[in-house]
Amino acid sequence: MTTLGHAAETQFHGPPNLQGARPGSSVIVLGAGLAGMLAAYELTRAGYKVKILEFQNRPGGRNWSLRGGDTYTELGGATQKVGYAPGNYFNPGPWRIPHHHRTLLHYCKAFGVSLEPFIQYNHNTWMHSSEAFGGKPVRFNTAAADFEGNIAELLAKSVNAKALDDAVTLEDRERLLEALKGWGMLDKDYKYVSSLRASAHRGYDRPPGGGINGAPIASKDLNSLHDVLDPQVWTSIGFFMGHEMQTTMFQPVGGMDMIGKGFAKQVEGLITYNAKVSKVAQDDKGVAVTWTDTATGKTTDAKADWCVCTIPLSILGQMDLQVTDEMMAAIKAVPYSGQVKIGLEMKRRFWEEDESIYGGHSFTDQEIALISYPNNNMFKDGPAVLLGAFAREMGAYRLAGMTPEQRIEVALQQGSVLHPASYRKEFSNGASVAWSRVPWAMGCCARWNDETRKEHYQTLVGMDRRIVLAGEHASYVGCWMEGALLSSIDAITRLHKRALEA
Amino acid sequence: MRKILILAALLAASSATAQTSGGGDTGGGVVRVPKPVTGEQVYGAVCQACHMADAKGGKGAGEIPALASNPKLAGAAYPIMVVAGGKGGMPGFSGTLSNAQMAEAVTYIRTHFGNSYAKPVTEADVAKIARPPAPGGH
Repeated sequence: MTTLGHAAETQFHGPPNLQGARPGSSVIVLGAGLAGMLAAYELTRAGYKVKILEFQNRPGGRNWSLRGGDTYTELGGATQKVGYAPGNYFNPGPWRIPHHHRTLLHYCKAFGVSLEPFIQYNHNTWMHSSEAFGGKPVRFNTAAADFEGNIAELLAKSVNAKALDDAVTLEDRERLLEALKGWGMLDKDYKYVSSLRASAHRGYDRPPGGGINGAPIASKDLNSLHDVLDPQVWTSIGFFMGHEMQTTMFQPVGGMDMIGKGFAKQVEGLITYNAKVSKVAQDDKGVAVTWTDTATGKTTDAKADWCVCTIPLSILGQMDLQVTDEMMAAIKAVPYSGQVKIGLEMKRRFWEEDESIYGGHSFTDQEIALISYPNNNMFKDGPAVLLGAFAREMGAYRLAGMTPEQRIEVALQQGSVLHPASYRKEFSNGASVAWSRVPWAMGCCARWNDETRKEHYQTLVGMDRRIVLAGEHASYVGCWMEGALLSSIDAITRLHKRALEA
Repeated sequence: MRKILILAALLAASSATAQTSGGGDTGGGVVRVPKPVTGEQVYGAVCQACHMADAKGGKGAGEIPALASNPKLAGAAYPIMVVAGGKGGMPGFSGTLSNAQMAEAVTYIRTHFGNSYAKPVTEADVAKIARPPAPGGH
């Protein structure tokens, strides 16, 4: 990475290449999510005898896809039978991978997981605010162009009124005006008005064509400064500026759980499923993990020299753990977010066929927050699954509190505001996952703040005698698979060093 | 319910700006939700997400405690402390909900679901216990 001069993008410097474990030494890994499976894979290569205990009956953890025929029961008992057509899926957890998450990209390649582009930024999606544009959705490019045009016009006006002379040299004044005219699509008088130039960004009344009526006609319905200052506009534009949201992004071919399955193949035979851990004890010689087989009810103690624990803190904090008081306090100090996702299967790709939307996200200020369109199988006939909600914070709490049927109804109602002609008409079936009610996670992601980082983070990631924690919660790349992997590499590297020193 | 924006919109906008500093994978844009006012509304719009409509909680790999018939609600200080400051995986709602909303919610759970601790919790009771949230969260 450093050879390309982009070291600042990631802390990944290649796989850890651990070697020379003491003969016979063993590690027990708790959780078969990505952090746990990577730990097991690398530690096995280093020579450790490794076992993984997993609560669920499948590998991957939050790396998860739901398909037709799947059944999912959330806390509280509501059960959904997924009715998607063959080949269709919905990713309740992770769904997109930034190009700079190089740890994950590295292991996907190494483990033969095929990736394809994830359409992150689509200028032709919808932007909707109940407080602007008369409450009607507008195209993303139209709102963005009008925001930039209006801001450029105002700034040019200040420059020309000599309001910025103390901050801008004479030479830069001219260059700034030129930039504003070009970037903001202003006319010769530095006004943002209906013009073919503005239309080239925001769309035309009549687009350029061929023959007699080939000449384009400029769009005239420019949005007012007041409308484009609605925070929905700049937050939607700014969303794509964040490093984690910058394109290019990727997704696995065939569903996000292809990654979990790809990792699981590498640790085949090491995972014990349906294992509910209740206690982790340790002394100077080793670790003892008490777990119950949820299928048979049988309780067993599993012993090992070392333990890598990747259980989410929301669950871990309720267990009987033999760790320092400081570690226990750290585990209990980090609350979890509770996003809600809803996957709606539509009978046809009306967003492509009727609205020229191919992948990407439409934003709304309703609880569903967005609609995201599938990135694969474009132009195909037949049903397709779109993401009908990615609710967070207060929106997520409200949706999570509903029954699965109520959530679908709200998703249809709110989605219809963006796609009034087709949404209900084309709807076939849907599934929802409220992360606060996911039985094996009780939350989506660890939520640190400045205070908890300062007080607890170093304790949480530090080795507690023979136990080390790993997962997105033990990273500064929280809520991303990359964080889980980077944390895992760091944890096992330190564990290995400690084991050799012991 | 009429859409009353106030806090929710401001919070959503500020969290959107915080996304650049490692906010995790999130939806983007602003979300405006109806503001719950009564205890029943706050319970339905927030608490129910985890504690369930019948307040009986749930059990999986871990447990979401039942609020129904829960003797820990006898004193008001404990539920106020938990609602405002959080506990384990449960986030604190100080800063997300107003003191008045938290007071309504705590009063509601203490007088429903088989709990009968009649004395209402006031905004002032919450103010005594709740502290402002730490910055930098996401």
